[in-house]
Amino acid sequence: MHDTASAAPLLVAKDVVVEYPRKGFRAKPFQVLHGVSLDILPGETVGLVGESGSGKTTLGRAILGLVQPASGTITFDGQDITALDRKERRKLSDSIQVVFQDPYTSLNPTMTVGDILSEPLLAKPELKGSARARISELLEQVGLPSGAVDKYPREFSGGQRQRVAIARALALSPRLIVCDEPVSALDLSTQARVLDLFIEIQERTGVAYLFVSHDLSVVRHISHRVAVMFKGDIVEYGDGDQVTSHPTHPYTQKLLMSAPVADPRRQRERREERRLLLAGTGSEGQP
Amino acid sequence: MTEATTALTNAPLPTAPGRVSITRTVLRNPLGLTALIILTLIILISVVAPFFAPHDPSEVKIDKILAPPSADYLLGGDGAGRDVFSRLIWAGQNTLLGALIAVTIALVLGSVAGLIAGYFGKAFDAAFSWASNILMALPAMIVLLALYQTLGGSVYSTMAVFGVMLSPGFFRLVRNQVIAVKNELYVDAARVSGLSDTRIISRHILRVVRSPIIIQTSVIAGIAIIIQSGLEFLGLGDPATPTWGGMLQDAFSNIYINPPGILWPGLIIAATVASLVLLGNAVRDGLQGPRAAAVRPRAVPQHPHGHTAAQGAIEALDADPGKAPLLRVKDIQVGYGNTENPITVVRGVSFDVAPGEIVGIVGESGSGKTQTAFSILGLLPRGGRVLSGSIQFRGRDITFAPESEMQKLRGRDIAYIPQEPMSNLDPSFTIGHQLVEPMQAVLKISKEEARKRALALLARVGIADPERTFRSYPHEISGGMAQRVLIAGAVSCEPKLLIADEPTTALDVTVQAEVLDLLRDLQSEMGMGIVMVTHNFGVVADLCDRVVVMQHGRVVETNDAETLFYAPAEPYTKSLLGATLDDAPPRPPLGQKFLSSSSKGQNHA
Repeated sequence: MHDTASAAPLLVAKDVVVEYPRKGFRAKPFQVLHGVSLDILPGETVGLVGESGSGKTTLGRAILGLVQPASGTITFDGQDITALDRKERRKLSDSIQVVFQDPYTSLNPTMTVGDILSEPLLAKPELKGSARARISELLEQVGLPSGAVDKYPREFSGGQRQRVAIARALALSPRLIVCDEPVSALDLSTQARVLDLFIEIQERTGVAYLFVSHDLSVVRHISHRVAVMFKGDIVEYGDGDQVTSHPTHPYTQKLLMSAPVADPRRQRERREERRLLLAGTGSEGQP
Repeated sequence: MTEATTALTNAPLPTAPGRVSITRTVLRNPLGLTALIILTLIILISVVAPFFAPHDPSEVKIDKILAPPSADYLLGGDGAGRDVFSRLIWAGQNTLLGALIAVTIALVLGSVAGLIAGYFGKAFDAAFSWASNILMALPAMIVLLALYQTLGGSVYSTMAVFGVMLSPGFFRLVRNQVIAVKNELYVDAARVSGLSDTRIISRHILRVVRSPIIIQTSVIAGIAIIIQSGLEFLGLGDPATPTWGGMLQDAFSNIYINPPGILWPGLIIAATVASLVLLGNAVRDGLQGPRAAAVRPRAVPQHPHGHTAAQGAIEALDADPGKAPLLRVKDIQVGYGNTENPITVVRGVSFDVAPGEIVGIVGESGSGKTQTAFSILGLLPRGGRVLSGSIQFRGRDITFAPESEMQKLRGRDIAYIPQEPMSNLDPSFTIGHQLVEPMQAVLKISKEEARKRALALLARVGIADPERTFRSYPHEISGGMAQRVLIAGAVSCEPKLLIADEPTTALDVTVQAEVLDLLRDLQSEMGMGIVMVTHNFGVVADLCDRVVVMQHGRVVETNDAETLFYAPAEPYTKSLLGATLDDAPPRPPLGQKFLSSSSKGQNHA
């Protein structure tokens, strides 16, 4: 499906700076991203891992056009999409889509699943006619029965809702989906199944993912390449296995050592390693 | 796990929990139905007044002045000898039309301005909010009285102006609702889907603000009728046109001659306004869903052993408290709802916690793990209660202990760490205050002593600058710090048992590791028992001595941690452990596929 080596990147973010205004007269704005660069190949998953406040979600929103970068450029398929007006941005909807973290608030509770899935199709007059057929096709793709069309989001479990959100993102056959913590709100076993669904869809359709998550093990499972964000900067970026198994940056090492393993003996070792790592990186006062 | 995957994916969807339309809910509500019938009758009769009223409203019969009810004049005559019954019907037309004008203007003006201000914000919001504030600052009655003079005495134009003055009510309601909805993720998703602003407003925003607008309209209509009647009662309006307020005035001026006369206009105004308000309430109740039946928590309807709550509390159980486990939960059932047919969420859970032992309760959402923890604390949410079984703390049965008893226990012997640190700190008090006060109450120590202790505790839980944190308000500290503060509070009275409900779930991984270290250290220092509710097997592996695995309100497996991880007995435990991604293979390079789409399952099979 994808010829890797020579492919030109699908999305390139270059020196993206995002600032939020601060309260008060002539107050200096608060910089969330300090010039972040990242590229995504067609059909590739780039994992973006970091802790709360690191700016990982903001980068995703900048790519989606939901926040405006103060400087830097975002190029999609050769086209500069950094500062599109609303009308031009709307045209991009069949190329870039989103799956949000919370399947409870990302689906309008007053709309049926059919309404939710027809939404992206509505905006495209040429697709309106075949909407019904497309919707049942989408439901099948995400493993939901066709009877789901007339049901409301509240009638589904968290995992099923997230499947609806994925189906909505797939409706226009996008080439890039920004996934903002799409499995963090799900139970462990549901999480594994939804991740498998993401991978399966990617292998079938060749869609690319920017997969934002705080969980290193989730990112490791789904990403070809991984970028680690810390306080508005990407501190490490490279091959998924290498970054998540043998990180070189101290922050990534700390992140890896902090996640507890579901294995008492190995967790004891990891705790020891973490203690040594922290002692080594200059926190002399710590025991 | 591959099999489980397909099985669960193809599992039938949950059936619809009674999708009832709002109209039907209102009709089922007796008050709503009555209100609706009364309103419909009043409106219908007013509309067909020319055909329905037995007399012309201005037909005067001298002999009927202030006459009592008779066959000709059903409700008697008024001060000028006109038929009260006919006038009431004709007046309905005029009064309701006036109210309709006011409500329509208020609704259209307020809602449109609210939508624009809320959705587009900035300059629109500033301008409209400013105008709305000015309108709200004006004393409505005085303005209306003044305008009535200048506008040349039409009640309808006065009501139109009143509509403008009522519009801020709609404006503020709609604006606030829109601002709340605008930031919902589904609106962002719609924007990414390529929907235009008008589409987003009509599809997403209007749906949400629709119901509050309906409720507000019914209330505002009631207000409009009252104000209009008030104006007419004061003598404004055309004396030739019958209105409810005008009739009230006529009856009032003759109150000593014909006291019952005041009843009829009074009753019809009251009935109309009350019906409007009750209808609004019925719509609101319908939208919020049926109110949970008021069941007192910890009510003891069917007591398993047949003794009363008080006895159960006082009864110091069993011989030797030294040998008894710290906590013994025995076959408890927790249920919600009415007494005959409760919905059970915990179905016979038993486990022990020895002094100084850390017991993990693991399970997925809906497994009943948190409900179990809350029942130990005696803090089940409204409507929930222990149906049967027993909870013994240090040999004493506390299952049905009265609230006062539990309060004493909770402060001193049993402590609690919640999942959401921020929502468990009161934003209006300093951290210091929130630490010192319980210590003074529980340990009966002076404020100064409690303060010293609190500062020492803050230092102990790893807060770099205890003095500063002590003086801070909750919003000034991070989530990790807040959890440390709560841990400090929980251990401040040296509890024997600590119940931690997903204490690290809301925290970042690096902070989680620090908090877990802290809990481990505090536990070994103080020797307390810990019940650790979590869904994270990593946390269990890190901390717990023994593990209780729960599913659907039942205990699936209880085992010591090593056995559970290395030789789990139950298939469910195995499948949960198999779902962790710790040992999942990394994604192969771009272009190569996993051997199977569910490679993870393969790895564990």
